[in-house]
Amino acid sequence: MESDFESTLIVPPEPPQPLAAGQVVDGFRLEQHLHQGGMAHLWRVSRVAPGDGDDGLPLIMKVPRIKGGEDPATIVSFEVEQMILPALSGPHVPKYVARGDFTRQPYIVMERIAGASLRPRLDEAPLAIDEVVVIGARVATALHELHRQHLVHLDVKPSNIMFRPDGTAVMVDFGLSRHDKLPDLLEEEFRLPMGTGPYMSPEQVQFVRNDPRSDLFALGVMLYHFTTGQRPFGAPESVRGLRRRLYVDAVPPRALRADCPPWLQEVILKCLEVQPARRYQSAAQLALDLQEPSQVTLTARAQRTRQSGPLKVFKRWFSAVGAENKRDPDDPHGAQQAIASQVMKSPIIVAAVDIDHAEPALLEQLREAVRRIVVTEPGARLACLSVMRTARIGLDELVDQQGQSRHVKQLVGLKHWARPISKSLALDDGRLTFHVLEAPDAAAAIVEFAERNQVDHIVMGARGNSALRRYLGSVSSQVVAQAECTVTVVRV
Amino acid sequence: MRLAILTDLHANREAVESVLEHAAGQRIDRYALLGDFVGYGADPAWVVDRVREMVAQGALVVQGNHDLAVVQGPSPQMRPDPRYVVEWTRARLSPSQIDFLATLPLTQELGDILFVHANAWAPAEWEYIHARADAVRSMHATLRRVTFCGHMHEPQLYHLAPTGKAGDFTPTPGMPIPLLPHRQWLVIPGSAGQPRDGDPAACYAVFDDAGDDLTYWRVPYDTEAAGAKIRAANLPQRLASRLADGE
Repeated sequence: MESDFESTLIVPPEPPQPLAAGQVVDGFRLEQHLHQGGMAHLWRVSRVAPGDGDDGLPLIMKVPRIKGGEDPATIVSFEVEQMILPALSGPHVPKYVARGDFTRQPYIVMERIAGASLRPRLDEAPLAIDEVVVIGARVATALHELHRQHLVHLDVKPSNIMFRPDGTAVMVDFGLSRHDKLPDLLEEEFRLPMGTGPYMSPEQVQFVRNDPRSDLFALGVMLYHFTTGQRPFGAPESVRGLRRRLYVDAVPPRALRADCPPWLQEVILKCLEVQPARRYQSAAQLALDLQEPSQVTLTARAQRTRQSGPLKVFKRWFSAVGAENKRDPDDPHGAQQAIASQVMKSPIIVAAVDIDHAEPALLEQLREAVRRIVVTEPGARLACLSVMRTARIGLDELVDQQGQSRHVKQLVGLKHWARPISKSLALDDGRLTFHVLEAPDAAAAIVEFAERNQVDHIVMGARGNSALRRYLGSVSSQVVAQAECTVTVVRV
Repeated sequence: MRLAILTDLHANREAVESVLEHAAGQRIDRYALLGDFVGYGADPAWVVDRVREMVAQGALVVQGNHDLAVVQGPSPQMRPDPRYVVEWTRARLSPSQIDFLATLPLTQELGDILFVHANAWAPAEWEYIHARADAVRSMHATLRRVTFCGHMHEPQLYHLAPTGKAGDFTPTPGMPIPLLPHRQWLVIPGSAGQPRDGDPAACYAVFDDAGDDLTYWRVPYDTEAAGAKIRAANLPQRLASRLADGE
């Protein structure tokens, strides 16, 4: 039977030929050897003939380093990246271009992100607090986008983080990642925990590979290091050393750096909680806190001045014993597709409330609609928002005195409006925040807030007063038209 | 080249029509039909004719155990329900249709792909691939890189690394999965004519050799119409209700 298929029977991989500058591989010319990491060589490459769709895109070719003969770790994690990168999109990943397989010359060609990774900055730690916060927010934003795309990175660390010129964080190296719509080639491969020692989450140490909150733990380790100049759990090289983080907690950052604000300690230690359920439930919720420090609810974490005492450590050690490998052999797929659902279970909901102008009936209706939405998702966070109109041109003359009091008045009004919700749903654990935005255009401010904070759902009232609507236009219809997330418009 | 793989059609005209309509929008170059064209459903003659037509136009085809059972007629040890279905089906097929089913091969190959109804280690014995160990046994029995099987009605994907490590995966419809060349893969698209994983939508898969991308698809179809025909034909009622439930 004639066939368009090239017959490629299974053969053990030949160690690939050493590559040299000037060589052409599958239409890509190797221009310059950029870097040799532990696992791969990076080459700057260009297309010999113009390609489709990626003209002008600077390209790199990543070629695995095969350490003589069979090297399952390198090969499988390279396969994982070859499988996962094409499935990802958006500004937070390098654009995938091409791949070559192990039967000939293994490689991945992808967009080249210029500049250095965050790795060199570790040597400069501790960094200024403001910078730590900006880094954290940008990386959390990138992670949330990847989690939404059904991916857990599982190797979040400075050397895997780069930035575009506009500051957007780009995650690289998906060799240990897990995509919940693709087979996990690593699942059965190794009997040791996979990850990078200092950053590995407790559940990763216990072989769980599908919890997006693992990435938040790793980000917490990174923020801790950038804040204090120290690693919270050292750099263990044995499984026993890794397991210590299941019961020994980190020295509180403020004990190492007095000017670390309590709210930042709260955020970092929340990321480093042993139980994923006690961490942030989504990266977007973490990014929101990093961008709105005044709204961080301070708990005992913020006040902690030393590590837990021996009794507490012993109790944790006891409950950590034998806790691994919770994978149910009778239900091997029960854990599948947990990544995106964890994100969906933990949405950020914005209630946009026009405290000054809305009719009482509408405010009540809006509150009931918000309550119903929040009650269905125990992991949800509610951000109550109002917009304070400022003059379109020039500075508002009354900014200081009068403006300040208007701001406070709106905040008080918002809190009063939300009180029945927070009481009935017991939203006292940092799940409820208040934001008074100052902007000339309410709709634009709401849309911008939603985008910046990766909000999932905006709930707002329709302006009932028709004279006002005719004069000012409809804020809600503008939000509906421009927001990227779900918008619910409540009417009386 | 883009291949569409359909299996376990089971005389379900409504399901087959819906799948082929969906596939028509997928720029398919060639079809592979992995057996069990008859049995359970009420339209064996229509399905066999359609398969015969597709084979005449270049589709690859292999025989399934239900096809063979209808060719051979009921065996003495068969329970009453299957016996009735086999007899009923035989009565609706012409000699040339039965002859077509009788002459189908057990396996086909296309480049580095093997097509077989049940498994690669003993295609004529119809043993099932229920778990990873069975899949490994099948992959060990062939040098082909990718095996497509029917027989099992639930979509599944198995893979085997050169190091001997195997894995399994329950696919999500519509998501392309690269079948990387460094390992062996065993693909079970799931049944078009009688899905059993709780989702009544018909199963099939598309494989694009350009990127080695495999995509599983689910296509909803009129299960009520297919079920009504089964009831009208006085075939066992359970065969109608399970289509609606996908069980």
